[in-house]
Amino acid sequence: MTTAEIKNKGDYQVPAEVQAELDQLRNEVADWRRRYDASSKRDIAFMNSADEVEPLYTALDVQGGTGADPEVPGVFPFTRGIHPTGYRGKLWTMRQFAGFSTARETNERYKFLLANGQTGLSVAFDFPTLMGYDSDHPRSEGEVGKCGVAISSLADMEMLFEGIPLDKVSTSMTINGPAVILFAFYVAAAEKQGVDSTKLRGTIQNDILKEYMAQHAWVYPIEPALRLIVDNFEWSAKHAPSWNTISISGYHIREAGSTAAQELAFTLADGFTYVERGLARGLDIDDFAPRLSFFWDIHNDFFEEIAKLRAARRIWARHMKERYGAKDPRSWMLRFHSQTAGVTLTAQQPMNNVVRVAYQAMAAALGGTQSLHTNSMDETLALPSEEAVEVALRSQQILAYETGVPNVADPLGGSYYVESLTDKLEAEAEALFEQISEVGGVVQGLENGWFQRKIAEAAARQQWEIEQNRRIIVGVNEFVTEESELTIPLLKVGAEAEQEQKARMAEMRRTRDNALVESRLAALREAAKTDTNLMPFIVDCARAYCTLYEIRAAMEDVFGAYREPVFF
Amino acid sequence: MRPIRVLVAKPGLDGHDRGAKVVAAALRDSGMEVIYTGLHQTPEMIATAAVQEDVDVVGLSILSGAHMTLIPRVMELLADQGREDILVTGGGIIPKEDMEELEAKGTGKLFGPGTATSDLVDYIKDWFSTKEAVL
Repeated sequence: MTTAEIKNKGDYQVPAEVQAELDQLRNEVADWRRRYDASSKRDIAFMNSADEVEPLYTALDVQGGTGADPEVPGVFPFTRGIHPTGYRGKLWTMRQFAGFSTARETNERYKFLLANGQTGLSVAFDFPTLMGYDSDHPRSEGEVGKCGVAISSLADMEMLFEGIPLDKVSTSMTINGPAVILFAFYVAAAEKQGVDSTKLRGTIQNDILKEYMAQHAWVYPIEPALRLIVDNFEWSAKHAPSWNTISISGYHIREAGSTAAQELAFTLADGFTYVERGLARGLDIDDFAPRLSFFWDIHNDFFEEIAKLRAARRIWARHMKERYGAKDPRSWMLRFHSQTAGVTLTAQQPMNNVVRVAYQAMAAALGGTQSLHTNSMDETLALPSEEAVEVALRSQQILAYETGVPNVADPLGGSYYVESLTDKLEAEAEALFEQISEVGGVVQGLENGWFQRKIAEAAARQQWEIEQNRRIIVGVNEFVTEESELTIPLLKVGAEAEQEQKARMAEMRRTRDNALVESRLAALREAAKTDTNLMPFIVDCARAYCTLYEIRAAMEDVFGAYREPVFF
Repeated sequence: MRPIRVLVAKPGLDGHDRGAKVVAAALRDSGMEVIYTGLHQTPEMIATAAVQEDVDVVGLSILSGAHMTLIPRVMELLADQGREDILVTGGGIIPKEDMEELEAKGTGKLFGPGTATSDLVDYIKDWFSTKEAVL
């Protein structure tokens, strides 16, 4: 579908007097173009994440050349935002992703962040947890607590939220391969606090398709992994109705090297796949679609990123309503978390990262994000220190309270450039959806490495552009100085976390009811062989202090493990 | 001179392979023979592959913070098989003092974010030509 076809769906008739103005504008633009072509320009590529951009945009570039923009915020297709009030009703949630070492240390960081005005929690797990290994598993050696917090059972989850009432905070958990297991730990930890699962607010990332595509923390093969996700949709619709059952993520696709258009299209295609799997299960779309949420990367190209967020809302709304027949407006609304782009941060002159993050955060707010993580200046060197996290959080607070950006809904709506980019990204995404169908859909495209190759090619192209100085990265290939060290101390996670975790796990394994553990695991293993919803079985395992790896392995006995297609 | 053989490897549970793939492609484009292990490799798997494939260089990519455990382990396992001659180099999110400590233990040069791939190519080619000259 071309941009003009998409935009002219409303059969908008251009009035004669407007047509005359447009004709005059066309002449003026032609005039300007002659002067532009005759002038000297700086010898660099004027490009966003993929393409060169035009030097000027006018009314001729928007709405298929009609110059019309009839939309307001809060109405379908929500290009200008999902809320009629913009940020006047509610600011975005300031949600810093955090986790390191043991549950005890991360619990202290959470209390620090909440005390400093953060409004939601976001759990970063360590690699063993992300892959479904316990802290005392041989494959976890050297990795426990290094790049997130180690959570191997309900006991760790209870400690993580000690003194933090789970009916009062909203929590986001970045976990995918073993997502349902960690969610079950959370549900069981809430029960221990006397909080029913129906009161829980937050999000579990649970987006396995982008794991195969980009982030690579998988456990099971694609089909059983999708089954677990739909089990969670079905279970949560009844038992955790305020919980976002998935955060369909472009972040990792972009960080792995994709362009903005690829991030947009691949992520939404993943979203459509989940919708189709839910429908195939026999679920009513309006029972689960309102709890689908998204997660975008906010990269360097300021206007392209804003346009991407606007296009994402419009495409999702149109497909949900027109293609899948959703009737509840909440099913049409694309709600999302954003994070500034870790991959844009540099180890060279690391203080500059504060500035990069601030611009990216502003793009996220102008694009209408519902929640935001701002990266810390020291993330290319280590996990963020408390000092660096505080500057990152303060950057959001300055944006929210000093700049005036949140005063007006979609303040760039009507900008010729931003509207034109929004239309262009929408058209590019539609073209990529076509290509995805041609390769047999998302699952087929993953199995034969189509997505992985596209992303790797884009990453290689960006590296080439940097090395050819077509892209300038301040402090890396231009304005390079002698080593400038960061003056704030880095966070160090030593080997003590692993020792402490191992000791705690040994104690937990000794004191729990091991007969109950065995019977719960056996019940789960049997259920996995049938079509029954596995969530109640997994929650029962969590309650009995079965460990992460024990639960993972019980299902792996039935499902097997994923094997990646290896290439470069 | 025969082509330089390189094993690009991702040890541990870290799934970030953007850098490893960009580096593997750049080394290949510079004329080296490159083998990529894929993700989630144990040090044992990497050392075995390095010996079986008879590589000159092992390039380890680690962004998980587990470098102080995983890099020395790969070196030990290569030494156990009498292959201290294989250059163990690599990069990732590794603080400078850790790089210095690892290099003091005998790894090759370790590279941080923002390194141009041409620097890696030059480093490996220089190392190789020095080694060949000695033999």
